[in-house]
Amino acid sequence: MAAMFSQNPLMNGPNYSFNQTPTAAAAGNKEHAFYPYTDNGGSTLAIAGEDFTIIAGDTRSTSGYNINTRYQPKVFKIGGTTSSQDDANIILSVVGFAADGEALKERLDAIVKMYRYQHGKPMSVKACAQRLSTILYGKRFFPYYVHAILGGLDEEGKGAVYSYDPVGSYEREQCRAGGAAASLIMPFLDNQVNFKNQYMPGSGVGHDLQERERKPLPLVEVEALVKDAFDSAVERHIEVGDGLLMMMATKNGIEEKYIPLKRD
Amino acid sequence: MDTLVAQYSRPMFEKENFSDSDQMELYTAPILSPRFAMPPVAQPSAWLRAATDDHANPNCPIKIAHGTTTLAFRFQGGIIVATDSRATAGNWIASQTVKKVIEINNCLLGTMAGGAADCQYWLAYLGMQCRLHELRHKRRISVAAASKILANLVYSYKGMGLSMGTMCAGVTPSEGPALYYIDSDGTRLAGNLFCVGSGQTFAYGVLDAEYKYDLSEEEALELGRRSILAATHRDAYSGGFINLYHVKEDGWVKHGFSDTNPIFWKTKLEKGEFSNVTSELV
Repeated sequence: MAAMFSQNPLMNGPNYSFNQTPTAAAAGNKEHAFYPYTDNGGSTLAIAGEDFTIIAGDTRSTSGYNINTRYQPKVFKIGGTTSSQDDANIILSVVGFAADGEALKERLDAIVKMYRYQHGKPMSVKACAQRLSTILYGKRFFPYYVHAILGGLDEEGKGAVYSYDPVGSYEREQCRAGGAAASLIMPFLDNQVNFKNQYMPGSGVGHDLQERERKPLPLVEVEALVKDAFDSAVERHIEVGDGLLMMMATKNGIEEKYIPLKRD
Repeated sequence: MDTLVAQYSRPMFEKENFSDSDQMELYTAPILSPRFAMPPVAQPSAWLRAATDDHANPNCPIKIAHGTTTLAFRFQGGIIVATDSRATAGNWIASQTVKKVIEINNCLLGTMAGGAADCQYWLAYLGMQCRLHELRHKRRISVAAASKILANLVYSYKGMGLSMGTMCAGVTPSEGPALYYIDSDGTRLAGNLFCVGSGQTFAYGVLDAEYKYDLSEEEALELGRRSILAATHRDAYSGGFINLYHVKEDGWVKHGFSDTNPIFWKTKLEKGEFSNVTSELV
């Protein structure tokens, strides 16, 4: 009978899609009865270019080994004036617990909208980034279970990406991968975007090697990188797949693109 | 009768809309000392530890960024502040480019060790309080007072799960160069020399051996850099870039955010240190 209520997928009881317990309790650790979180899997990725920002996320939503839906976006436009968010200039991606992500998105969107009405101008990405940090920290003792990434164009028109931990520590970066396949995608990005461990051909061997010079990548190349990153993640991670939703912020606004991924 | 009813009853759909605090959030800037959301359990801190503390529970669902080496020391020319730049969540290197020196204002610096969000948030809050002090009293706050604001603040949250080990460094006309260590237990210490974080012992090893109050500016900067380098070499949780600052009477000066790898090989090949590492494949 106890197994009926055991929601541990690795034990033999039935597992409910709406709840997930830790797979094993650490020795000497008290098991708590309050599990408000589910990991809905999926992965996100953001890259800032010279005059654009791309944020992408797959559209699969899982809990445990179940696929709940093949289309639940993780990437959102923030702070537009209409329900279609056509005139938005900020992109937010959230991965982790989808309900917390949704709540966070709604809250940030409301605040950015009110800012526009009160100040008569859209919020800058920099200000929005700081505000998102304080929102996350406001739940320091009952965190949002999310890895948020915020992006857009900064005051100079350059691409900007800000990444967050669940309780609001943040940093502006060139690129960032979040979620289930972060550990698969991030090393690829280090190499392809920041040219880590790449050296000039013919510059010698050993200590003579010259590092490859960093230069900003064009939009088409970054788009190809994003697709490759997700295709690879789909091959090796069960929680990633179905579709890829990409948003590109340029001086002309935000363009949205959907590309199918493998659905197995 | 109506007043009695109003006093003892509540409207039926009170909770349908935003609560007062949510309304406030939409119409005004965030308030100075925020009210934090709490989990609906009897022991919030125990629940938080089970959910977020990867040391107490390696399978915790939320991993908070940790791990650090930071140091600061006083010398005749001011204060040197140096840090590494690695953030780890469990064994995963979350970032190699963290800014662990937090610029509170143009003459006060704070360092970040422990929870990244705790340090970032509360040092920004401290910056706000320092600015308010300036406006109220028409003079800059002393480092002693600033550090005490922070110490009292974290003490009021004691046992709630904040994790921070920070140093406040600044030069003021009344105090000269002043350095304080504050941690989330509520400890507040004034001193000449502190190293904080998982790599502190390695940094102390180098710093204690070479430290003199009469160091020249050039020597002091090199000692700060070398101490962090030693820590990044022996502590797996430290690494990335060396962030160097010098605090002087007229404010702080940044001395670069430099990659450890080339500095390591330069130190080895040009000075002959780190002879435990071979430069050829054996």
